[in-house]
Amino acid sequence: MPSIRVQEAPFDVAAEMAALTAGRTDIGALASFTGICRVDDGLAAMVLEHYPAMTERALARIAEQAMARWPLTGCTVIHRVGRLTPGEPIVLVLTASAHRQAALEACAFLMDWLKTKAPFWKREEPREGPPRWVEARESDEDAAARWTRTAG
Amino acid sequence: MKILYFAWLRERLGRAEEEVTLPPGIATVGALMGHLATLSPAHAEALAPGKGVRCAVNLDFAGPDHPVAEGDEVAFFPPVTGG
Repeated sequence: MPSIRVQEAPFDVAAEMAALTAGRTDIGALASFTGICRVDDGLAAMVLEHYPAMTERALARIAEQAMARWPLTGCTVIHRVGRLTPGEPIVLVLTASAHRQAALEACAFLMDWLKTKAPFWKREEPREGPPRWVEARESDEDAAARWTRTAG
Repeated sequence: MKILYFAWLRERLGRAEEEVTLPPGIATVGALMGHLATLSPAHAEALAPGKGVRCAVNLDFAGPDHPVAEGDEVAFFPPVTGG
């Protein structure tokens, strides 16, 4: 079963990795992706808004897709919401499998789909001037679309 | 019917949600957007075609042809930018 969480609090990557592999000897590969709040153009902070009733449902669907497409023993998706400052982690995706190809591909798939199919919105607070909503990027749509073109 | 707004739509409209009675003949997301656009100049501006506004009906993404009915929860928002 995928572990899906949406939370304001930071997460502990090592603890999450340990939880995903605890008590198992059939896992040969554990892939991870951590998204971090990056400083662009004098960014002071970033506020992540979401659609609470829909978010976990959307993330669970995406994780179920990954579990169906690759032979995963488990996966973890944690997405933070609220106000984040540069350097803070925003999102964590972990995928565990017997072999590395499944773990690495599923991890990339989860991130690509999460960026285009989960209801989160980023608002940037610059050091000077009014806050601005981050615009969706076409390159993210292209990255997500590649998974529907290939058999996985 | 409950309508929810997120991100810049919520800010431009000055509300996170509103109750709307579905007029007769309005049966799709696209038609509902057209109806909402008549409610105020702010609605007309925010929901104008070409703004790239996306929709969810009962917590699932829905395109302009998706059916809507009294009792649905319908949300409008910009393209998502998480991750």
